[in-house]
Amino acid sequence: MKSGGLHFKTYLLILLMTIFGPLGNVLLGKGMKRIGPANIGTVSDALDVLSRVLTSGPIWLGIASLITFFVAYTLVLSWADYSYVQPASSVAYGMVAVLAHFMLREVVTPIRWMGVLIICLGVLVVGHTPPRTTEPS
Amino acid sequence: MRELIFYLLIIVAGTGGELCVTRAMKAIGEVKDFRPVALMSIFTRALRVSWMWIGLSLMGTAFFALLAVLSMENVSLVVPVTALSYAAGALGGKFFLGEQVTPRRWMGVLLVCVGVTLVIIGRR
Repeated sequence: MKSGGLHFKTYLLILLMTIFGPLGNVLLGKGMKRIGPANIGTVSDALDVLSRVLTSGPIWLGIASLITFFVAYTLVLSWADYSYVQPASSVAYGMVAVLAHFMLREVVTPIRWMGVLIICLGVLVVGHTPPRTTEPS
Repeated sequence: MRELIFYLLIIVAGTGGELCVTRAMKAIGEVKDFRPVALMSIFTRALRVSWMWIGLSLMGTAFFALLAVLSMENVSLVVPVTALSYAAGALGGKFFLGEQVTPRRWMGVLLVCVGVTLVIIGRR
């Protein structure tokens, strides 16, 4: 495939990862906050937590989002370097902070916003490297 | 202490799982046909690669560790902290998959780590 096409499908799948990964994590967070701190000291405690996890709507929605993320991620890894895709998808960390702030009303401190911004800057640096450094199999 | 163990599981098992899945997908080859039938065929082939099963098991372990931590901490702390797996990922990409991690890419990874550190410091 030509370089332009390779970049297009790489960016498209990374965009899907950037949307559905953070959404999945925020929905999982919402579900687990409702369940409360996971006390898994005994087998019956663990089963109790597991049953509450498996009957939580937000958690199932989160799992569906993460499966969408995983499919996009798996496909992109069939041609692009792992060390390219993994940091390039880290813009999702900014998305998580934004979604957590607006959907879960979490307080994100200025230092934490700065940290998220620097993570995104790291993404930009990584994004300017070639997607593949090994020969296709 | 319990949270630290869960964070370690997320980072180590999660990164290990992703590396194994990558190795499996590299064995399958570049995906060029995105029609549903072709995608199903690719995933069926992927499930015949043992690295895929090892990877999925490790990622499952990381998933349950993530659920446990999310029940104790805010998402806006937990998820950025797990970005520490980037350093592990770059090392794994280089040594496990034979990828050439350029100095620029290392710099990006370093910035991500600095960002994660600030996220942790910014904990209220």
